[in-house]
Amino acid sequence: MDTKPRTLRLSERGLNFEMLLWLFARLSALAIYVLLLIGLIGAFIMGARTQMNFADVMRWSFMPTVTHVQNTNVPELAPWIRGFWKVIGSALVLTAMTHGARGLVVIADDYIVSVRGRLIVRITGVVVLVAMCIIGLYVVLTA
Amino acid sequence: MRMTTRNVTLTRALRYKGQGPMLTFILHRLGGLGMAVFVTIHILSSFLGGTLGVHLNGIYESWGFQIVIFFFVMFHIINGLRIAVLDLWPSLLVYEREAVWVEWPVFLATYGFAVLVIIRAGLGS
Repeated sequence: MDTKPRTLRLSERGLNFEMLLWLFARLSALAIYVLLLIGLIGAFIMGARTQMNFADVMRWSFMPTVTHVQNTNVPELAPWIRGFWKVIGSALVLTAMTHGARGLVVIADDYIVSVRGRLIVRITGVVVLVAMCIIGLYVVLTA
Repeated sequence: MRMTTRNVTLTRALRYKGQGPMLTFILHRLGGLGMAVFVTIHILSSFLGGTLGVHLNGIYESWGFQIVIFFFVMFHIINGLRIAVLDLWPSLLVYEREAVWVEWPVFLATYGFAVLVIIRAGLGS
């Protein structure tokens, strides 16, 4: 059996929009890891080691918004509500939403195979994505 | 050229023995779908507020639900790192099965510990 990786040159791969979305899924995933790490490190700098449990720290890292620390033993909420965390939270909303919307389209493509059906899936995806980004940003910025 | 029909029947698809990588593929999808549904409803309920919003967020904060959503999120995060690294450095793809083997202990350790903490917090100890 041939186990060598069959890699094509970039020009032979067909660099189209779908390919760019494929690349976006990988790169946005890496961006999300960076944002989660910022949340995680930030939580420890703000004293999470003695004030929050493991699961609460992770919940904060998944989305660094103040509502995720309200039920913990954090005595002072001020550092957790700073503008910096609104920026990180907003960035997380935009990257994760786009990553997720693209993922849902990929799953739908496995079951909806007609040209027309796939077009409807894409249009629905974009509409839902834009709406959820606006609502998500509103929730994060006004929390 | 566009394919308009799937050439694999459902029964044949179910008999496909993809083993380790196939299991991660299914769990990655399940986790992604679960997160998409959870995050959408969570954001909408936070946005709408009111009795329904508070009720829904109450469910999300219960420890039973946290155990499920942590499974989805943690598996998607750890398996996603494997996918991103192997796809962006395709010469590593020959080690895909080994990479899948590595990711399970990492997942079980982090997820297992999170579950332990959630249950202990849920029992109030």
